[in-house]
Amino acid sequence: MKKLLTGNEAIARGAWEAGVVVCTAYPGTPSTEITENAAKYDEMYAEWSPNEKVALEVGLGAAIAGGRALVSMKHVGVNVAADPLFTLSYTGVNGGLVLVSADDPGMHSSQNEQDNRHFGRAAKIPVLEPANSQEAKDFTKLAFDISEMFDTPVMLRTTTRVAHSQSLVELADREEKGIKEYQKNPSKYVMIPANARHRHVVVEDRLIKLKNYAESTDLNRVEWNDTKIGVITSGVTYQYVKEILPEVSILKLGMTFPLPQKMIMDFADKVDQLYIVEELEPFIEEYVRSWGLDVHGKDTFPLIGELLPETIAAKMVQTLGDCSPRETAEPDQLQYEVPPRPPVLCPGCPHRGLFYVLNKLKVTVAGDIGCYTLGCLAPLKAIDTTICMGASIGTAIGMEKARGKDFARSLVAVIGDSTFIHSGITALVDVVYNKATTTTIILDNRITAMTGHQHNPTTGFTVKGEPTKEIDLVLLAKAVGVERVRVVDPFELEGLEKIVGEELAAEEPSVIITQRNCALIDKSRNNPYSVSPGACTGCLRCLKLGCPCIAKEGKKVRINLAQCVGCGLCATVCPSEAMRKEGSAND
Amino acid sequence: MTDITNILIVGVGGQGTILASRVLAGAVQMTGQDVKVSEIHGMAQRGGSVVTQVRYGKEVASPIIPEGEADIILAFEKLEALRWLPYLKKDGSILINDQRIDPMPVVVGAAQYPSDVLDIIKKERKEVFIINGLEKAVEAGNAKAVNVVLLGLLARCLKIDKQTWLDVIRETVPSKLLEVNLKAFEEGWNSFDR
Ligand code: SF4
Ligand code: SF4
Repeated sequence: MKKLLTGNEAIARGAWEAGVVVCTAYPGTPSTEITENAAKYDEMYAEWSPNEKVALEVGLGAAIAGGRALVSMKHVGVNVAADPLFTLSYTGVNGGLVLVSADDPGMHSSQNEQDNRHFGRAAKIPVLEPANSQEAKDFTKLAFDISEMFDTPVMLRTTTRVAHSQSLVELADREEKGIKEYQKNPSKYVMIPANARHRHVVVEDRLIKLKNYAESTDLNRVEWNDTKIGVITSGVTYQYVKEILPEVSILKLGMTFPLPQKMIMDFADKVDQLYIVEELEPFIEEYVRSWGLDVHGKDTFPLIGELLPETIAAKMVQTLGDCSPRETAEPDQLQYEVPPRPPVLCPGCPHRGLFYVLNKLKVTVAGDIGCYTLGCLAPLKAIDTTICMGASIGTAIGMEKARGKDFARSLVAVIGDSTFIHSGITALVDVVYNKATTTTIILDNRITAMTGHQHNPTTGFTVKGEPTKEIDLVLLAKAVGVERVRVVDPFELEGLEKIVGEELAAEEPSVIITQRNCALIDKSRNNPYSVSPGACTGCLRCLKLGCPCIAKEGKKVRINLAQCVGCGLCATVCPSEAMRKEGSAND
Repeated sequence: MTDITNILIVGVGGQGTILASRVLAGAVQMTGQDVKVSEIHGMAQRGGSVVTQVRYGKEVASPIIPEGEADIILAFEKLEALRWLPYLKKDGSILINDQRIDPMPVVVGAAQYPSDVLDIIKKERKEVFIINGLEKAVEAGNAKAVNVVLLGLLARCLKIDKQTWLDVIRETVPSKLLEVNLKAFEEGWNSFDR
């Protein structure tokens, strides 16, 4: 049976068919749906781990114990998991372990654009790159076999276009692999220096075997055509090349580390001109050049951003007139200004009130990763820095240490509930331990919202929807040693402003927890508000909230009744009481 | 690859473009053709500009549509119709929901919402069809069913029979919303005339 699946759904399916027993992850676009789908299968244990490092550690535990494990994360998540990953390469596995790295060329929803094939090379583990959903499923299964065959973790690298594109996939049944026998083997699994030195030799030896495998596996294949031009490519880029350059010969690499050197040299030999079309880094190109081959790669195609079919066509034509790409349309140059439409905090978002207050108080805000990062945009403009998951609190400590305690009197760190558990908590320990006086605001909206509403240790539910113990953030902050911990409703602007003021003034660590459900999971739907034109004076103060339902109309404002969720924040800030609640949601 | 049909569904995060594209892809699949769908999640879902690309035919390689090659654009919002217009073939059709949603830069006065969006589009392309989807959805019984109204309109332009669409909607939409959605689909289907 064929089913239309996204790459992520296909990976989850592949894991199931491969007999995987444990799936772990921290949500992150574009990887999130792998675990959401894996959780639907009863045969597999699945979890949202507090962060990617823990996810990998749980996965490797399962693998060493003899079960197959799938660990997924977005590209930047691998930075967090890098520590166990590099040593896992030394110990090897027992049951197979596949680490999915979902990269995001074009930064559709990421803070950088790193190419994680580099991680595969640095950790010395094989890297597979599927080009569509069918391959996403097939490669996942094969990756488990490779993992067990070569006793290594395997990286399955996808990109946004593979992860989130849907194409038809042939389904198969699950193959129960059972649990392999576990034998205590400290020289393999206890990486004290004496053991690790031996294991490094094993790793290098394995790499040689993997190189031989790369030469013969079906993962890498040549599609012969006209030999004037040969293109080496991988991943979704292969699909673009196939469509745009129907006449060239293609070496499609399903395995991009280690590379099949002999196969590539042979291919190069048989074509007049060699092109390497790869997204982001010149990963394949650098190897190929180091073998003394003459190629076109990043001299022709961009190093930055997503590589699009039309770019491939245009660049090929520029360098080489006669490569006959399929005719592409002449782009239209529109002469009109189309205003951008950046994402915004949702109507009724609980974070809006806090950023309104922080903007009003003109404090410096060290920010973090989540929906609330959108508080940096106009009109709220309330965030000074955003670096990576969990960085806000440490950043604030550093700012205070550099500029002194007085600076800290108008400085806060903001962090979401899930992000705080991910990697904020260790920095909060540092606040206390190293005597900073930082004010930390935990924006607790009771969910991991940005990635699409996943549970986390503060919500009381697992990825399978089972009830579990819920972390008490107040007790946690207190246990870390913060004495001043306060909980407020971010819709109570007056109280919020007062509390922020008091905690900023206090010359000791403090934590404010703003607690209110994410607007998208809030079940209590209220009647919308509307503007009474007589009362509205046109002061436009409500526009400072950045609520997408309020727009300027002439000299006054109007509310979009279809979108408004009736949170009442606009009424709170309106000095003329012009915002009033409608009688019923339908009028 | 000229036998490929390219459809772009554009709108504002939260308008339900994804459901529309899923139904479309499901209907295509039922006809036995190859189909690829590409969508972007994450940041863009929070009220930002969103686009889903659906491509189908005998065999489809790339999941994304090159600029200037869309046969049809289905736009859930006017400004988004204008934003993605360069993706439409010179002789392609554009179906537009006559709704204006101000993006934040317009709300805060940093940018202007062009007052003549539909006129600009009509000047650039011949096949322009405008519908008041919200009104039709309300007629069908739920303002939120705009996406299915628009889907009904799109369905009318494609060579897939009506029963196939209805079957896929039955499979995709939760049963308590089914009746409204079937009505909404009819509203869209019936409002096509030229
Ligand atoms: S999803 Fe929730 S937290 Fe995120 S912007 Fe919307 S309301 Fe706010
Ligand atoms: S009540 Fe006011 S602030 Fe809240 S969603 Fe409606 S318009 Fe926006």
